[in-house]
Amino acid sequence: MALLSGAQILIESLAREGTEAVFGYPGGVTLPIYDVLYDHSLRHVLVRHEQNAAFAAQGYARATGKAGVCMATSGPGATNLTTGLVDALMDSIPVVAITGQVPQGLIGRDAFQEADTFGISRSATKHNYLVKDIGELAQTIHEAFYIATSGRPGPVLVDITKDVLLAQAPFDSEKEMSRLRGYRFDSEPDSAEVERAVEFIWNAKRPYVYAGGGIVSSGASAELVRFSELVEAPLAHTVMGLGAMPTGHPNFISMLGMHGSYAANMGVTQCDALIGVGVRFDDRVTGRLDAFAPDAKVLHVDIDPAEINKNRRADIGVVGDAKDVLGMLNARLEATRDTCGRQLRTERLAWLDHIRQLKREHPFCYEASDTEIKPQHLMEKLDRIGAGEAIVTVDVGQHQMWAAQYLRFNKPRLWQSSSGLGSMGFGLPAAVGAKFACPDKTVIAIVGDGGFMMSMPELGTIASNRLPVKIVVMNNNTLGMVRQWQELFYAKRYSEIDITSFPDASLLAAAFGIEGASVSKPEHLDEALQHAFAEPGPYLLNVQVAPEECVYPMVPAGGAVSEMILQPESEPAEALAGD
Amino acid sequence: MSQLISLLVENKPGALMRVAGVLTSRGYNIESLTVAKTLDPTLSSMTIVATVAEQGRELLIKQISRLVNVIKAVDLTDSQAVRRELALIKVDVEEDKRASLLKEADIFRARVVDASPTSYTLEVTGSPEKLNALISLLRSYGDLEMVRSGAMAMARAKHNKLPVPRFSESAISEP
Repeated sequence: MALLSGAQILIESLAREGTEAVFGYPGGVTLPIYDVLYDHSLRHVLVRHEQNAAFAAQGYARATGKAGVCMATSGPGATNLTTGLVDALMDSIPVVAITGQVPQGLIGRDAFQEADTFGISRSATKHNYLVKDIGELAQTIHEAFYIATSGRPGPVLVDITKDVLLAQAPFDSEKEMSRLRGYRFDSEPDSAEVERAVEFIWNAKRPYVYAGGGIVSSGASAELVRFSELVEAPLAHTVMGLGAMPTGHPNFISMLGMHGSYAANMGVTQCDALIGVGVRFDDRVTGRLDAFAPDAKVLHVDIDPAEINKNRRADIGVVGDAKDVLGMLNARLEATRDTCGRQLRTERLAWLDHIRQLKREHPFCYEASDTEIKPQHLMEKLDRIGAGEAIVTVDVGQHQMWAAQYLRFNKPRLWQSSSGLGSMGFGLPAAVGAKFACPDKTVIAIVGDGGFMMSMPELGTIASNRLPVKIVVMNNNTLGMVRQWQELFYAKRYSEIDITSFPDASLLAAAFGIEGASVSKPEHLDEALQHAFAEPGPYLLNVQVAPEECVYPMVPAGGAVSEMILQPESEPAEALAGD
Repeated sequence: MSQLISLLVENKPGALMRVAGVLTSRGYNIESLTVAKTLDPTLSSMTIVATVAEQGRELLIKQISRLVNVIKAVDLTDSQAVRRELALIKVDVEEDKRASLLKEADIFRARVVDASPTSYTLEVTGSPEKLNALISLLRSYGDLEMVRSGAMAMARAKHNKLPVPRFSESAISEP
């Protein structure tokens, strides 16, 4: 068998796992890897900052469901990846990160660009490795992909010492057996629990389904839609779950939680049976826990047993992949339909009607303006352009919430948002990864002015690859969500929120060699958008929006979800300067 | 309130860091931790005593269980587990009290493992309570120097034995 270098084994192992693109940034100890990449068919995308390599890998993973791969050198390269890895961990996104490490003989001796990457990434990953033996390299890469993509997905980091990259060893391209003795996830849902769940569902008068990112990871959208139809229940989603059910479905009642819809938040408050699938009862969803679904019993389905009973005690917990569990539930529900009595069924249909009426009577709304572009109006325009089929990546803040409220999606894996960690600067690099994954799809990065400034260097990546990503900056010249909290809960003492000196978008774009423009008048918005989307290449559109607009409804942190602030005039609930 | 956790983990670099990390990142103090190879040298057993409020225990066990290197995690806090601890105690003792000390040490089945003209070093095994009792008794003889191993625990009933998956059972099935 021919001898290969560790760097060659690494690249062959990545290729063997079906890697299409590596998002990375080279450095001292990864030089042997980049030497192999020089004439290898594996595509490498040179980003402008390692944090964006991790975000771009996520963009790829979120769009495809396959592991996204990022690469960085030792020391600062590895530490820069960390935010993107924690972000992937929080949102359960499969990412494999490769980092170089100083040679074994130098570890622990404060070598140039040495950092304890293995230690630092321990809490940033689902699992991590330090490879010090070339004989373990190929198998480790295989395990890393397996762990990243199986069970509850997540990021895995493989730190490889430079001497391993330079050493020589035989490479067997046959896939190897795993040594993972402690790694397991429940693949077979407990059928007794499923039976209990069926009984629970048929006994509910006011069932309510709450679906999250687990539906998207598991590819369970069809099963979810069928489930909601069989149960005849309204369905709300988390930020991660947007697109899990087509937004046009009659049972769909939009997002619940802090900026959720009136119907979704009142529905969860009034329901008697809460069915959470692929969700984790996040504090941004539940608000004050003891006021969340106060009259409901809970059925919780998740692949991670540690999620059951974590925040809200479940009356029934079914551990398993959402697609499997919903498939089993649907089959049993169809077979046992008759057990649901006529009287109960009438009550359930009245409940569904009631929720649909709430949805009709209390849509997301805003006051239109002739003089300023309202951010919600911008989202409505973008919604029409995307038509439920475009990939939309967002940053974190007001624009993220408005996008989640106003954009519609016909399918999962179109909406990308840093939801759990809430990392500003996510949207632009995620769009880069998404565009490499899906070159034929329209990819729109909707970002705020704050997050755009954090990720701006990636205009370089977009320009040099001529990536036709459409960047729409919702610019209110302020850190809008911080401003909103200061307005509502800190007596309008606006502190350090003004993003002044925002660059002229057309000049900035031109400096990178791409097209760009700014628009601030409502009457020019249509034309500006049309121009941006007609341009075959990348486009930076800076949209000046009304700076003082707040996102409503809003549940103050730590408040009950039923106590939403619905509009600017209504009295805020007790001011809570919480988290 | 202390939680007693028994763990079976892969004997690999980083396994201890991962388990300890779950505890420390939640701000739980580790009171004692023992770890050593099992009969199967590729595995280690760990016993941890940590300050964890009762409502946090189920979640902690689940979050430790999901670590890739952890084969099994069991909460033994409320079980009839066998708990033992070892201590080495050096006692400074005056000449006229040496005989009396040995007699009392014998009550606790403590053995002398080293002696000097001015001190004895005792080895004692037992429940943490027994060790505490001996220590307070020995204080009356003179200054003490002590090393304790921390608790080791083993479930009593046979059916509580930690199942160890064989390699073949956990092998990855290729897609």
